[in-house]
Amino acid sequence: MSTKKWIGLALVALALLALPLVLTSVGTAWVRITNLAILFIFLALGLNIVVGMAGLLDLGYIAFFAVGAYVYALLASPHFGLHLPFWVILPLGALFAGMAGAILGAPTLRLRGDYLAIVTLGFGEIVRIFLNNLSQPFNITNGPKGITRIDGLNIAGMDFVNTHTLFGIPFTGPAKYYYVLLILLLLVIVVNLRLQKSRIGRAWVAIREDELAAKAAGINTRNMKLLAFAMGATFGGIAGGMFSAMQGFVSPESFILHESILVLAMVVLGGMGNVWGVIAGAMLLSFVPELLRYTVDPVQQMLFGKLLIDPEVLRMLIFGGALVLTMRFRPAGLWPESRHKLEMSENRS
Amino acid sequence: MSVVLLEARNIGKRFGGVQALKDVSLTIRAQEIYGLIGPNGAGKTTFFNVMTGLYPRDGGEVLFGGVPLELDTPYLVAQAGIARTFQNIRLFGNMTAIENVMVGRHVRTHAGVFGAILRTPGQRAEEAAIRRRAEELLHYVGIPHRANDLARNLSYGDQRRLEIARALATEPQLLALDEPAAGMNATETVALRKLIEGLRADGLTVLLIEHDVKLVMGLCDRVAVLDYGEKIAEDVPGVVQKDPKVIEAYLGAGGD
Amino acid sequence: MEIFVQQIINGLTAGSVYALVALGYTMVYGIIQLINFAHGEVVMIGGMVALTVITTLVGMGLPLPPIVLVLAGILAAIPICMALGYLLERAAYRPLRHAPRLAPLITAIGMSMVLQQVALLIWGRDPKAFPQIMENKSFIIAGASITSVQIAIILMSVLIMATLTWFVYRTRFGIAIRATAENVNVAALMGVDANRTIAATFVIGAGLAAVAGVMYGTYYGITHYTMGFMLGLKAFSAAVLGGIGNLAGAMLGGILLGLVEALGAGYIGEFTDLCRWPLVDGLLVERCANGGHVVLFGSNYQDVFAFMVLILVLVFRPSGLLGERVSERA
Ligand SMILES: Nc1ncnc2c1ncn2[C@@H]1O[C@H](COP(=O)(O)OP(=O)(O)OP(=O)(O)O)[C@@H](O)[C@H]1O
Ligand SMILES: [Mg+2]
Repeated sequence: MSTKKWIGLALVALALLALPLVLTSVGTAWVRITNLAILFIFLALGLNIVVGMAGLLDLGYIAFFAVGAYVYALLASPHFGLHLPFWVILPLGALFAGMAGAILGAPTLRLRGDYLAIVTLGFGEIVRIFLNNLSQPFNITNGPKGITRIDGLNIAGMDFVNTHTLFGIPFTGPAKYYYVLLILLLLVIVVNLRLQKSRIGRAWVAIREDELAAKAAGINTRNMKLLAFAMGATFGGIAGGMFSAMQGFVSPESFILHESILVLAMVVLGGMGNVWGVIAGAMLLSFVPELLRYTVDPVQQMLFGKLLIDPEVLRMLIFGGALVLTMRFRPAGLWPESRHKLEMSENRS
Repeated sequence: MSVVLLEARNIGKRFGGVQALKDVSLTIRAQEIYGLIGPNGAGKTTFFNVMTGLYPRDGGEVLFGGVPLELDTPYLVAQAGIARTFQNIRLFGNMTAIENVMVGRHVRTHAGVFGAILRTPGQRAEEAAIRRRAEELLHYVGIPHRANDLARNLSYGDQRRLEIARALATEPQLLALDEPAAGMNATETVALRKLIEGLRADGLTVLLIEHDVKLVMGLCDRVAVLDYGEKIAEDVPGVVQKDPKVIEAYLGAGGD
Repeated sequence: MEIFVQQIINGLTAGSVYALVALGYTMVYGIIQLINFAHGEVVMIGGMVALTVITTLVGMGLPLPPIVLVLAGILAAIPICMALGYLLERAAYRPLRHAPRLAPLITAIGMSMVLQQVALLIWGRDPKAFPQIMENKSFIIAGASITSVQIAIILMSVLIMATLTWFVYRTRFGIAIRATAENVNVAALMGVDANRTIAATFVIGAGLAAVAGVMYGTYYGITHYTMGFMLGLKAFSAAVLGGIGNLAGAMLGGILLGLVEALGAGYIGEFTDLCRWPLVDGLLVERCANGGHVVLFGSNYQDVFAFMVLILVLVFRPSGLLGERVSERA
């Protein structure tokens, strides 16, 4: 890499590191919003492995997120009186989610792709039904009321609730989560990028492009699809665990179909398979609704004296619309993979 | 010379009311160029699809090197040493040419997810070897300059070559080509012929579906003729060409 | 025994509704191999439109007999849903007919989301009660009761299914539909206008959906902007159960799924009552004493059955009960 690039990279890194401090001065709420956005970028990159690379339409992705979240919540809260450390339960949640993915994928992945879509859609709903009802006769999930007072992270004796001052700079709880999330995000980006340029990643893309030809070319399509599906689920599980820790509270409400669609829209809008496109798409769809909340509401209030369109509805309309319009006018997304590739090869030569 | 490489026994395949293959048996010897011809709709492509495990068969079996092929799992067929191309070219359109060939190396390589994520030395060495081999193959089929172009942007002739390179990347013993000369002009066809002869010289066995009679008769050691799903002849080109049943089949189908 | 007969009746009723919705899925899938995720939303909108019309008419205080009210609801819902079906095909799916498979699927899911939100804007967030316009008479059969609404629903769907079968197998247009489903290109060579035929399939499916929406509303008494989702999922499962692409399969699948679900919901509580099982009995003495129950899964898991059926069918008989085995063309 050229010196110019290194300087650029260093600047970006510096900006990312300083971001929560700047945001805290605006309002801690914005740090929280940013954290959630990072979590969704993470999720989108997990789903990108499944949908973007391997071309498997997973419409119940949020269910794996839910599995991770509940594993964390149940093992680190007063609900069962268990308080296992996060470095045990975060991987455990990932494992459970990955296993759920494999169990669900095994029977469906040998069938045509659209069956997978409907089965995952149903699975997402089933997980929610179970979460809602597994409070009777034995209280496992605490039903619709959800689980509260979940332990936050605690790394090397430093809790993530109070503000710590380091070098005279105060780091709030959310700011600390920000840094953990940033590390996780970096991890998933590296995983995506490295897989993309590997034997496994190529096999996935080949399956996405032409499954039959991939088979004939010697790819064990069934195992490869299962691998992609389980890996995506695993990342969903990790994100879920972080969600529990960050929020301190989970309930089935957070894992509805809309959230699956949201993550899918992020992957599709940005450009399936292209890591940077997916990140851009996820940022766009994370922040735009927040901005709308701060702009559309006051404007409506001002013009009509009341809210005509609920910002939540607007949000969903944007997600649904984004899916439809992207497929219609830019099927490869706003930042498609191939163009990216061309740029890369131009740089190389 | 005459070691049997592939033996198909009584292959049957029906699509609804169409009997696409009826008790087809044929024997391909190692290092020969074997032609499979017949009028349109005779069942040639279907034979390929059954032989490579892409279509479930109704009956029969295929021995490869004396061992039955596991036709229910196509990737095992590739692993056993059969590679193919498709009549209507099936490349991975949004991958570059070289990546298409690299996919073909999949079945002969091993690196897994963790190797890829951690970039272990073993994985890096393997990855470099995959790329090197893919470059060689692109060179071999004559399109090294298209390596970084998307497969879907290649010309028709180059796509056909790329498909052959991808097939060769699996290190097959038997290369099955479904109408490789279709849509090629005279010069391209000559180059293709050279390519096939070169492959045989390198020790490969070639199974060739082709409508270009001149190409088939000039190139093949032996030829089988399918008509309405049945094998009506199998012999050296000179004999097949004079077989009244074959002439009848072609004339009956309106000539070719 | 009463429970059994009762659940059979309930299952037949729900199954009739599933069958009508499943027909829409199966026809569209049969012809363009697309799972029209937005189909459930068309059903929902049918129910909502009918509800609005009926409520308005009732509100005007006209002395109309209930049957006229319901008919007015249906007659308003059908054209609106048909227009919607046409619009969906024309604006969302047709432009993508030659796109990669994932594209129309994603579009369908996006359309479903948009339709839900639009319905939310028009009809609000809360469930809407269907007006009680007629006295729901009950008849007693073998100790179980069947209401006039149930009878009407079952009879009507039988009638509709018979008409549809006649249409598809006996009319020119129906033959065009089947030919296009068989092979678009060949059908086009034979002079079938593929675009028109495909659009017609959507329109017919949407018409059936409208009727199903009204039935659902009158039967369960409420409509809600999210109701299309689960209903759609179940109906699709029914279509897969019967063999997707197969009309008779969709009807059979719908009815069977309704029955499975009703019987499942009727008995699962009893079967998963730990107090009935001697092994566990000892452990739960306190909770089982005095006729207590420890029910693992109650009827609130009803929605899970359709999904289980779907998975089981996909694992053991992916082509469904009546479907043919199809493999992708190589
Ligand atoms: N997937 C399929 N579904 C239904 N029928 C098929 C299928 N594949 C092939 N057929 C039918 O089987 C018969 C044999 O077709 P096949 O493609 O094997 O012929 P072919 O010899 O390769 O002809 P051509 O020279 O035109 O390529 C034809 O009648 C064809 O219509
Ligand atoms: Mg052919």
